Amino acid sequence: MSPNQTPPLSLDLAADVRELLQFPFMVHALEAATLVAVLAATVGWFMVLRRQTFAGHTLSVMAVPGAAGAALAGASTALGFYVACGAAALAMGGTRRQVTSRHIGESAIIGTVQAVGLAAGFLFLSLSHQVLTELETLLFGTFLGVSSSQVLVLLGVAAAALCALIAIGRPLLFSTFDPELARARGLPVRALDVAFLLILALAVAATSQITGALLVFALLVAPPATAQLLTGRTLAGLALSVALALVIAWLGLAAAYFSVYPAGFYTTTFAFAAYALARIARAMASRLRGR
Amino acid sequence: MNAHAAAVEIADASVRWSGRAIFADVELTVERGEFVAVLGPNGAGKSTLMKAILGLVPLAGGSITVLGATPAAARSDVGYLPQRHGLHRGMRVRGIDLIRLGLDGTRWGVPLPLVGGARRRAETRRIEEVIDLVGAGDYAGRPVGELSGGEQQRLLIAQALVRRPELLILDEPLDSLDLPNQASVAALVHRVATTESVGVLLVAHDVNPLLAYLDRVIYLARGRALAGAVDEVITGSRLSALYRAPIEVLRTGDGRLVVVGQPEAPHYHGHRHDPET
Repeated sequence: MSPNQTPPLSLDLAADVRELLQFPFMVHALEAATLVAVLAATVGWFMVLRRQTFAGHTLSVMAVPGAAGAALAGASTALGFYVACGAAALAMGGTRRQVTSRHIGESAIIGTVQAVGLAAGFLFLSLSHQVLTELETLLFGTFLGVSSSQVLVLLGVAAAALCALIAIGRPLLFSTFDPELARARGLPVRALDVAFLLILALAVAATSQITGALLVFALLVAPPATAQLLTGRTLAGLALSVALALVIAWLGLAAAYFSVYPAGFYTTTFAFAAYALARIARAMASRLRGR
Repeated sequence: MNAHAAAVEIADASVRWSGRAIFADVELTVERGEFVAVLGPNGAGKSTLMKAILGLVPLAGGSITVLGATPAAARSDVGYLPQRHGLHRGMRVRGIDLIRLGLDGTRWGVPLPLVGGARRRAETRRIEEVIDLVGAGDYAGRPVGELSGGEQQRLLIAQALVRRPELLILDEPLDSLDLPNQASVAALVHRVATTESVGVLLVAHDVNPLLAYLDRVIYLARGRALAGAVDEVITGSRLSALYRAPIEVLRTGDGRLVVVGQPEAPHYHGHRHDPET
């Protein structure tokens, strides 16, 4: 869509929504964004609580070897994403580490996985004598080229990941706060660790297809981090995280539709703004309490 | 579970870790309802002994009976507070939710609305009860990362108590607390042990904050253990025999005990994989 063809934005909200929904590509984009927002905000809430944001980032970078490997093997890019993310999750989770020092050795392992993944991506690229033609899409996402079959796959992935997360929800929380006690009470802490990384891999692979590998942050990190700034309650935090992600994704798409700038820019900006506002609000609240 | 069996019976127990004996031939009985301190230098195997009583560390020899059953079978009747260095700052969970995880954290799935309402109400009552018991009513609704060490410790003790255990194992709960907090947490543990009629094994570095409340002490050093009343165990001659080195015990004017000449366990340095740390 060229700059002089931007659709008119009126003050009539209902008319704007009608305008948004008149094209199937916009409907698909909104459906995909909705699914991804719910999935990313829920899984991301656990990820931020478990301080595994670096692991999440590494998984998102696996888009490069995923896409390059898929091109080499002649498979679909989406499949490449899931395989690469799953493999990276297993590599990170399968590396033995002691409970008591889990935050010390962890980042070194994750950094290694990231380097190896990127190296594999470049190897696949040179083997297939290709350049990644859609590098920009890979990194910054495409909301506007989503097909209805892609939406169905996303629905399946989101349902599977959320069901798995619900099934292990309470033990996962327990082992997040107190791994040693959880182990003493007979919970399989390491298996839970690996299971969560696999769920995270699914969420990241699904999300990065829409938001791009670099902007996964907008839905996976910012809404949960914002929610956790605002409340320490479990259910309220999860609900707030999902609500924020939905608003950010919808507003981002709508803003992109009515302007010349890409959706990824808007979602990330809105996500960052929400986080910054929450920080300011908290700082002001603790100031007031201090007086 | 046998209601007349001792809380803990240890016969000839030994634990080895990567080829090295942590302790050997430990012989102990802890009666129900006793408040017992577990003392000894760093690396003497205090935490390992607690883990063996919980069935988390395999024995190389001998046996441990907890509440008349095997440690693994008795585990659901034992409340445990692992050794830690404070819950990390900024941890966004309310104390009350942390305590609830002590009750239902091992159940799979998530609580469903409209299902199990009666059980959930009973659990909520119990949670309020333990919060009252440890005096955490003012801050149980705040994120634990924002609380002081003493407040966190009270919440964690409430979490360990919430399932009505018959035996409470507290690993260094006074560690990293200032002196007034050490005194008040020690008093709290004593009050809890009496009102809830639960036996307590408390691992500590310093016996002094506990002196007023203890029924007995267990002293671990050089891989061996000594048990008995404070005045029997913490004496120059008994500790010298245990350490195989000259030890003096001084009593200050206000009744505090000072152990002089206590060497660190010889194998403490240079073993990075010590299960004690």
